[in-house]
Amino acid sequence: MSSAATNITPLNITSIREDFPILHQKVHGKPLIYFDNAATSQKPQLVIDRINQYYTKENSNIHRGTYYLSELASNAYEGARDAIQKQFNAEKREEIIFVRGATEGINLVASSWGRKNLKAGDDVLITGMEHHANIVPWQQICIEKGAKLKVLPVDDNGQIHIDEFESMISEHTKFISVVHVSNGIGSINPVKEMIAIAHKHNIPVLVDGCQAVPHRKIDVQDLDADFYTFSGHKVFGPTGTGILYGKEKFLEDMPPYQMGGDMIKFVSFEHTTFNSLPYKFEAGTPHISGGIGLATAFEYVDSIGRENIEAYENELLHYADEKFNEVDGIRILGNTKNKIPVFSFVVEGTHPFDIGTMLDFEGVAIRTGNHCTQPLMERFGVSASCRASLAFYNTKEEVDNFIIALNKVIKMLK
Amino acid sequence: MKIGKMTIQETEDEIVEEFEMFGDWSEKFEHIIALGKKLPSFPAELQLEENKVRGCQSNVWLTTDLRDGKIHLEGDSDALIVKGLVALVLKVYSDHTPDEIINTPLTFIQRLGLSASLSPTRSNGLDSMIKKIKFYALAYKAKMNS
Repeated sequence: MSSAATNITPLNITSIREDFPILHQKVHGKPLIYFDNAATSQKPQLVIDRINQYYTKENSNIHRGTYYLSELASNAYEGARDAIQKQFNAEKREEIIFVRGATEGINLVASSWGRKNLKAGDDVLITGMEHHANIVPWQQICIEKGAKLKVLPVDDNGQIHIDEFESMISEHTKFISVVHVSNGIGSINPVKEMIAIAHKHNIPVLVDGCQAVPHRKIDVQDLDADFYTFSGHKVFGPTGTGILYGKEKFLEDMPPYQMGGDMIKFVSFEHTTFNSLPYKFEAGTPHISGGIGLATAFEYVDSIGRENIEAYENELLHYADEKFNEVDGIRILGNTKNKIPVFSFVVEGTHPFDIGTMLDFEGVAIRTGNHCTQPLMERFGVSASCRASLAFYNTKEEVDNFIIALNKVIKMLK
Repeated sequence: MKIGKMTIQETEDEIVEEFEMFGDWSEKFEHIIALGKKLPSFPAELQLEENKVRGCQSNVWLTTDLRDGKIHLEGDSDALIVKGLVALVLKVYSDHTPDEIINTPLTFIQRLGLSASLSPTRSNGLDSMIKKIKFYALAYKAKMNS
């Protein structure tokens, strides 16, 4: 996750913003400031057009038709898988499973791998900054199997520590599932080092990459992740899409997660032979337009340039960090320098709900609440916070206007 | 000005009329926030789990008791805007008979035209508060009839 200082082209934000039609509107009479990108990102016209083209010219069911349209749709969908394989540098296309989102990706692994391999007395290790989607599936399979869910602590800065991580691994540890970048506070975790340590002990690792993929180029072979999952809608693609990458040796060994059409080879009333990878894990008609749209989203991101995006976002991060810290009474949760532009904050004497509700009338969209990370919020001694999360189409001017709106709202609430 | 206790509907109409005087959203909010600040907070001993109406983002507390056949309501919230709205709900529904509460749906919040986030939803806890008031009204009615 490093960027070369050379080869960086400054982004033309005005032109980039033109690619996102939704950004050009007024909310309650004010220009929209969309700072809720960690919840979901906006879609470029290229993605919208691709989905439109699919339904206008290609729609048909895939993998079964003998006719022109079905071949068109199948090729587009499988082409999207190839593009995503390349995007993540997976060794094989069979390792790319289309899912509804990271939630389904994690549930698939917890349910399929977990049910087959976990037993009483085993441990599953997660971190204290996981999204509920990377807590509950493991917690429930642990309860079912009599295994234990262990949690790596988060420090006051919102970081985890490698030595502490290593010390928590024992002969009981059977699986590790960690978030790459925290959705609650934006911290980037050293997953490559964690995976290397886990592999010394022969423990497979799943990485929840939801907040990492929109901000960084991911190479699953370089990370050596056994499983990597993310949601498409957070990376400028359609909702209801996502990818679970899994190393072939694990996926081959795992039983199917859902049963139905497309995932079978032969069915009688007594017996079924399952299809090969990746189809074994893709029961039923998939989100065809979504998968195609997701590949288009990566095409769009690549056209801007991953390094360029990272450089600009870092600039935005530092600019916003300074401005946020000037706000009277603000407390930003987690102050690690190694983060994405996500600011989780509370303001002394105010409730996040009040701030979020009133900012809406200033045209500002942020998230308030626990961000599906109740244990992490508890760690910082709050039940809720405000979260402003930025993307590469956001500007310094928006940060300035956001701070003006925030100060106005705080003044009204005090 | 009407002499005596207004009906639920009359109180609602009065609130809506009051809000029509305000210009932009900040004036409406300033008024709601003022109402929230004016409403006495629950003492710690009443901020109990059993009095809590759990919202996704803000907490609402509610107590009820029957006084001369009418339900007296008290409420509180940890979010100021929600607390202001709680004050309005109390103004509308408190000290009415169970039948009046059961038979009159609450309409004023929508009529204020604030925003989706301030309509009675799960997230702000107002939705559960109103449901809870109706539930208490039914329970008191059953108790009175038995």
